[in-house]
Formats: sequence, structure tokens, C-alpha cells
Amino acid sequence: MAFVAIADRDHEHALHDPQSFIRKYIWSQDHKVIAIQYALVATAIGLVALVMSVLMRLQLGFPDTFNFIAPQEYYQYITMHGMIMVIYLLTALFLGGFGNYLIPLMLGSRDMVFPYLNMLSFWVYLLAVLVLVASFFVPGGPTGAGWTLYPPQAVLPGTPGASWGIICMLASLAIFIVAFTMGGLNYATTILQARCRGMTFMRMPLSIWGIFMATILGLLAFPALFVSAIMMALDAVVGTSFFMPAISSMGETTRYSGGSPLLFQHLFWFFGHPEVYIVALPAFGIVSDLLSTHARRNIFGYRMMVWAILAIGCLSFVVWAHHMYVSGMNPYFGFFFATTTLIIAVPTAIKVYNWVLTIWRGDVHLTVPMLFAIGFIFTFINGGLTGLFLGNVTVDVPLSGTYFVVAHFHMVMGLSPIMVVFGAIYHWYPKITGRMFDERLGKLHFWLTFVGAYCIFLPMHYLGILGVPRRYYGYPDAIQFIPPSVHEANQWISISAMIVAATQLVFLYNLIHSYFKGPVADGNPWRATTLEWQTPETPPKHGNWGKELPEVHRWAYDYSVPGAPQDFIPQNVPHSETTPAGREHGVPT
Amino acid sequence: MTIAIALIVLVVATVLFHFLSPWWFTPIASNWQTVDSTVDVTFWVTGVVFVAVNLFLAYAIIRYRHRKGNKAHYEPENKKLEWWLTGITSVGIAAMLAPGLSVWANFVTVPEGADVVEVLGQQWAWTYRFPGKDGQLGASDANLISVDNPFGMDPNDPVGQDDHLVASPELHLPIDRPVKILLRAKDVNHQFAVPQFRVKMDMVPGMVTYFWLTPTRTGEFDVLCEQLCGVAHFAMRGRVVVDKQEDFETWLAAQPTFERTLMASKGDAEAGKALFTACTACHGAQGEGNRELNAPKLSGQSDWYLVRQLQSFKGGVRGAHEQDTYAKQMIPFATMLADDTAIKNVVAYIKTLPEVRPAASVVGDPVRGRELYQTCTSCHGAKAQGIWATNAPRLSNMSDWYMARQLRNFRDGIRGGHPQDFHGAQMRSMTQILADDATIADVLDYVRTL
Repeated sequence: MAFVAIADRDHEHALHDPQSFIRKYIWSQDHKVIAIQYALVATAIGLVALVMSVLMRLQLGFPDTFNFIAPQEYYQYITMHGMIMVIYLLTALFLGGFGNYLIPLMLGSRDMVFPYLNMLSFWVYLLAVLVLVASFFVPGGPTGAGWTLYPPQAVLPGTPGASWGIICMLASLAIFIVAFTMGGLNYATTILQARCRGMTFMRMPLSIWGIFMATILGLLAFPALFVSAIMMALDAVVGTSFFMPAISSMGETTRYSGGSPLLFQHLFWFFGHPEVYIVALPAFGIVSDLLSTHARRNIFGYRMMVWAILAIGCLSFVVWAHHMYVSGMNPYFGFFFATTTLIIAVPTAIKVYNWVLTIWRGDVHLTVPMLFAIGFIFTFINGGLTGLFLGNVTVDVPLSGTYFVVAHFHMVMGLSPIMVVFGAIYHWYPKITGRMFDERLGKLHFWLTFVGAYCIFLPMHYLGILGVPRRYYGYPDAIQFIPPSVHEANQWISISAMIVAATQLVFLYNLIHSYFKGPVADGNPWRATTLEWQTPETPPKHGNWGKELPEVHRWAYDYSVPGAPQDFIPQNVPHSETTPAGREHGVPT
Repeated sequence: MTIAIALIVLVVATVLFHFLSPWWFTPIASNWQTVDSTVDVTFWVTGVVFVAVNLFLAYAIIRYRHRKGNKAHYEPENKKLEWWLTGITSVGIAAMLAPGLSVWANFVTVPEGADVVEVLGQQWAWTYRFPGKDGQLGASDANLISVDNPFGMDPNDPVGQDDHLVASPELHLPIDRPVKILLRAKDVNHQFAVPQFRVKMDMVPGMVTYFWLTPTRTGEFDVLCEQLCGVAHFAMRGRVVVDKQEDFETWLAAQPTFERTLMASKGDAEAGKALFTACTACHGAQGEGNRELNAPKLSGQSDWYLVRQLQSFKGGVRGAHEQDTYAKQMIPFATMLADDTAIKNVVAYIKTLPEVRPAASVVGDPVRGRELYQTCTSCHGAKAQGIWATNAPRLSNMSDWYMARQLRNFRDGIRGGHPQDFHGAQMRSMTQILADDATIADVLDYVRTL
């Protein structure tokens, strides 16, 4: 097995445990520490974005009471909320956080193959976040161009932060992409090169498959955003016209001519659509493992699940212009992109069926991670189905630009991945900290988040069908078709949003409190099969595996194997120690 | 167990919400019923999947929840089941895609002989252009846009001379005639959207985009911008009036042609001087204003703004609200100006009056005012100098007591409520941020420093 060479050779080196506090926790090259660093920074900046969503909801629900929020601030909030949640929270958390923690542990390696690069990736990510935060303090504040940053608007007067804010935003994105590229190359190389003996591709847990494919998507898609950021910065600073046609702005003729605003949109969505899957695929993978573990049943249709991840990943590069049906691009594109978009629903639906079929005939333990996983299935079905409205060009036209879109993407790539994030944090918390969380608080967190968020987003669909436009600071009573009941709906949504936001404090309290006071966790409290639960110590020490690297003998889903003494067989248990039931049942090996 | 019951409750609640929700498509006013029926098909297919999969999930959780002695069934895959599910899904997808694409084939095919109208978007207003008798629109260029040529028309293009220019956010369309709507933007992306028409399209500077429709019922419909276009995006409003053919023709005939706007008087200050004598009694000989008589300062005000306000007073658009007492006083004086030429003459004279600094009468906190004024800069300019392109008058060096009253009137709906006062309605939306009179004083105290 050529692929395992690096991991295999590792035992020849003495393990150098870093001694000083700084080398251990600050300038750390340990993937587990870096994962936690990524997660903490992502959570911190995510909380900023959460507060901004509450401020937006105050304005929308109670415009007369909270009139300290001016229109330019409102647009700055929507922009930063979207950008932070998509890029700086979800992308960073799934790949920098979970990717970093899980890849070496699930694959039986000591660390990432480039630990120094891994450390650099985190610190450059932190720099990107700091530049982003800095944009709040520059003259004019952060950009308010919407998270899509469409030019010409993003760099012209009339848009908040059109001078300094947008430059900070573009710089921060470019820096983020540098950080991601360092991390991403590392994740992909580690998965390709540093799997332990016996860990074939078709034995990898689906978490790794999801993270792997998302990383590949990121490496191919982020460059499109990178060049757009550079070009737009040049348009704004140097006066080039990549995205700028001849324009009369505020009654004055500008020096721009000949550029194309639509070019930016194509580049942005060439990145932007795969970005949806950069967030979704790790969530798909992780939730598969949560469901399988807590239902005590093998993931249903593993091979189909892997192929679905690959198919979704490839198709995600040929659907981007479904974000642009009414952008003014040649309308004939609609035929192609509607078709590719609806085709992508097939592998996605297969995944949903297989999650449900994993629960079916299982032995379902309704633990906190399992509740979040089930909650994910529900919200994802909802958000996935509304995607069939917006992907189908004709149906999209009346709904585009309305709250239906807001409801759809929050359901499918806001709420759904966040449900997985919560489930995953609860699931791996005992391994990461060595302590158990408080289950009652975890359940409280689940119920308020799950039901509360549904109360936020369900009515939004119907406001959108009515035609209520998104990105409106207010709804002056002069819009004839908007009845007063819409205002009541907005109040309801705002109150729900505030309850859900406040609930996250319960989550944070649980994490912090349990870290110090929680009961000490067993090394494998969920009785899971994957390698990260088989480490000699919990939390795993530097180098993960002590003297000997594990050796894998089976796939990741040997739950409830007939004839086995326990309802799970870890991946590193040889067949000689169990009945060969797996092979008889046609387990992929 | 609770989660399974919760799933069932959520499914039932969602279905009930769907049928009982007071919010559904607005009554359609165009030929695109086929769009609505495609949406209906999609709702049925996805609705069945939503209910079926979630209820099955709930059933599986209840049936296979952990109880002592339970053991999961070991079954890595079931090829037959997976292929069946894939097949059924593909059929469902095709059932939605096929009608969608066939309607789209209609969307991309503009009927031959369709009328043409151009919508021109800018931050944050709509204007429109109809071709004249030749049926063709004249050439235009963003670099030609100026206060005298807001449409950016090429004055040397003979084709454009008879184009009708509609310098108002209200568009009229004739019923039952297919119309190709050409879309152009001066500055940033916008979107021309009328929910009752169902179809819409972005407008992108540097290119001309389009869509088509046939209005099928008369009435007035809101035009919304649905592509984020800056701070006042939410206040970028217009109206489409669908008329009977003859009403439409009457309206269109009243819209000036490009040729006529070129020939229109620029105003003669000499002629205006005589007219202005009637104004001096209240506004003062130098147009410096007089607070006791509730007459604001006029000198230094943007000329296009004075013209529009005089027209508004005259046309009853301003001063319509019963509590707008002082505006009502102005109406008979504005009516004394016989026509647009007279209005332009008197404004031309006002333009020659010397600039004087009005006395300060509103005291607030200029530091707080400066922060609040950030919102105002987008239209009125950083120096409060007024910007014609955003229809925003000059504020600096004008009567502060007058502006305070106008801001209160906007906020309280006394000004800006007339259906033809689009710019006033825009200002009404913006005054949401001015909670109380102290806030207004803060802003105005800052404006005085500009």
C-alpha cells in the first residue's frame, strides 16, 4: 500500500511533545489544538454575526421602537451577517475545525502531513478575521453591499462602506482564501497520503468523504472568488474597469467604461454555488456518522452515499447560474442551468433516503447528537425541497428576490449545517475535552433551537410567495399588496429569532461549564467504531496513537453485526477476533 | 419518542399553515398564469415528498427506538430499494422540470409585434421611455447623462427625437397588448419587479436586458426594486397603471418627446424678475425667507427642485393633506404662474439672487446630528449641497425652522402622502429614522455646519 507510506514510517521518529505553554497552545502544530483554535475564532466571529441578525430582526419586527438602526447600518448588518456566517463561521468551522480534528484521528495518522503549514493556515485565517473586524472601525464602516458584493454598487457612492469597508472586505476574503488554500492542500494530501494501514478509500468514514470532497471543491472554487476580489479592488482603488461599464453615478459621469457587472456575478457564483456544498458536504458526511452511531446501525447504502458525495461535488460546478436566472444574462442559459440543478436533486435525495433508512430497523438512541441529526434531516428535507422551486427557472422568477429565497437558504445552508455542527460538537465533546456535557441542557438547547428556528423560517416562505421583497430596511405602508398581517408575521419572526439567539447562551454555558465540571468521559462513550474513539488516551495526546499506529480491518459501520458480542466492532479489530459476518453480508471492504 | 411526535406535529402544522396562511400570490395581472401553475405542480410534488418522508422518519423513530434487548438490523445496502427510490425521484424531478422548461420556452420568445417600452433605473427612482411613431428607440449613452439630459439620449440621433420621455416613476401600459420591456440602468444594478405580473428582470448598467408580458387587467400596481441598490433600495418605488387602450394613448400623448424637452425654455431671469415681485411679500426681496410669515429661504436652492415644487403646488400634489396649512397657502401663489415657462422664468430669477446666511433657529446636538446625517448623505450629499440625480434638494444654508417642519410633516404623513408624490413618499420612508423632534434638531444643527 503506497498510500500509507508516510504514516507507516512515522514510528521511526521519536515523538517530540511540545513542552512550553506557547508551543503547546498558541504556536501549536498539533492538528487538535489548531482545530480548537479554528473553532473558537469561528464561534467568536459567528456570535458577532448572530448579534447582527438580532439587530436586523429588531428593525424588521419593531421599526418604531428600535429606530436607532439606520438604513445604512441595516445593510451593513445583512452584509456582514451573511458573509461571516457563510465564510468565516461555517467554512472555517467545518474544514478548519472539524476537518483538522477528525482527519488524522479518523484516518489513524499522527497529524496532518504538513503541521507547520497547518499552523500557518490558522494564523492567516485569524488575520483575515481581524481585517474583517477592522472594517467596522474604518471611516464609513463595513460594506453594506450585500454578501454577494455585486459591483458596480459595492464600490460606488450610495452604498455603505463603498470606500474603505469594501476594500477591507475584499482584502479579508483574499487573506481567507490564502489560509484556506494552505489548510485545504494539507487536508487533501493527508487524506490521500497519510491513512493508516488498512484504511482504504472505501473504508473511510463518510465524515472524511464529505470533508475531502468539500476541500477539493474549495480548492477549485475559491480561486474564482480570489480573482474577483483582486479585480474589484483594482476597480475601486486604481480605477480599472473589470466589472465597471460606463456609469453615471449620482449625476456625475465616472471614469469607468467597458467592464461587465455580469462577469463578476458569474465568477462569484462559480465560487458561490460550490461554496454551498463546501458547507453542506461535511455536514452530510458528519451527520451520516452521527446517525449510524446513535441508531446502532450501519449507514444504509454506504457506496451509494460515497458516489452521491462525488456526484454532488462534480455537479456543483455546473449549476452556478441558477443564482442568476433574472440577472439579465442570456435567458437561454435558463434551460441548461435548470436541468443541471434539478439533476443534482437526485443524488441529494438518495442521501436523504439513506439517512432515513439508517434509522429504519435501527436501535435508535435519542441522545443529544441524535436529536440534532434528526432535526437536520427535517430541516434539510424542507430546505432541499424549496431548492426545487428556486432551481426550476420558471418557478424561480416570481420567487427570486423575495423572502422565499431567504427562507430557503437559511433552512438549507444555515439551519441544517448548524444542526450538524451542534450535533457534532455534542458528539465529539467527550473526546475533545475528556468530559461529558450536561444532557438536559443539551436537550433544552436542541428543542428551543429546532422548533424556534422553524418558527422563524416557515412563515418567511409565505411572505415570499406573497411577494415581500428581501433586503428591505422597512416596508412603508404605501406598498399596496402588503397587508398589515405581514407586520405581525415580522414581529413573530423577530421574537422567535431572539429566543433562538438567546438559547445559544445555554449551549455556550454547557460547553464551558462541562469543560470544568462535567463528569469524566469514557474513551468511547457512544460505543462507536471509528478510529478517533480508539485512541489510547482521551483527550488524545500529541501524536494521537502512542507507540503503535492503528491498523484497520473493516469499514466504519460494523454496528449490530449478527453474532458479534457487542453491537459495535471498532475498525481496528481484526476479523480473527470476530465472526466473519461482515463478509457474508456483502460489506464493502 | 418526543422527537417523533414533534416531527408529526411539525408536518401537520406545516400543511395546515400552507392551507390557512393569509399570504399567497397576489391576484395575477398578466398572461403568466402558466408560471403559477408550474408553482402549483411543484408544491404538490414536493408537498407529497415532505409529508411522506418526514412521517416515515417519525414512524421509524417510534418503531425502532431503543428498548432493552433491541438490536438493529445489519444490512449494508439494498440495491433494489435504492434503485427504485432513485427511479421514483427522477420521475418526480422530471414532472417538475418539464412544465418549467416549456413555460421558459415561452418566456424567452417575445411575441412578434410586441410593443416596446424602456425602463430606466437609477439610484433611487424609475423613469421610462416609449418609442415615437417610428417604433424605434433612439441611441443613448451613460456618458451623455446630465441634469438637462437625464435619459442620456444622443441628441444627434434622428431616431430618438420622437421618443416619449416619462420623467416620473409612474408607467402606463395598455391592457391586453404584449409588451417587451427593455431595461437599462444608469448607475448600479436594479430590478424591475411587479409582483402581480410574476415576471421580472435585473437591470444592469452597460447592457440592455428585457422580458415580456401582456397585462390582463386594469389597475395600479407597485413597482419594486428587488436587486439591492444601496441605502435607499427599499424606498425605490414606482407604479404601473394598466389602462384601456384609449386612456393609455391619451396619457402617452401628454408625455413630452425628446425633441420637445430639448426645445423647452431654460428660463429667462429677466422675465422672471417681474413674476417674482408677487413672491417678495413673504419670501423677501432677496428670497431670503421670513420666518414670521412661514416663508422659507429660496435663494441658493436647487433650481430643478424649485421647479418641481412649484409644479407640485400647482397640480395639488403638495398641500393636499388637510393639516398642511402652510403648503395650502402656497397653492394660490403657484397657480398665478401660468405655465411651465413662467415657472422656469421665476426660478431662473431666483437663481440670480445673492446667497445670504439664514439665522439659526433650531438648536440641537450637532455631534449626534453628524452621525444621523450619514443616512442623508447618500441622497443629499456629504455637504448637503443637493444632488439632482437622486432628486434631493440642497439643505445647507437653507431655513432650518422650515426644514424641521417639513421633516415632521414627512414623518407624520402630512407631506409625501399624495399618490403622485413619489419623491415625497421616498422621504417619508427615510424619516423613519427620526424618532422625535430632538433628533430632527440634532440633524439640522449639524447641517448648519456644512
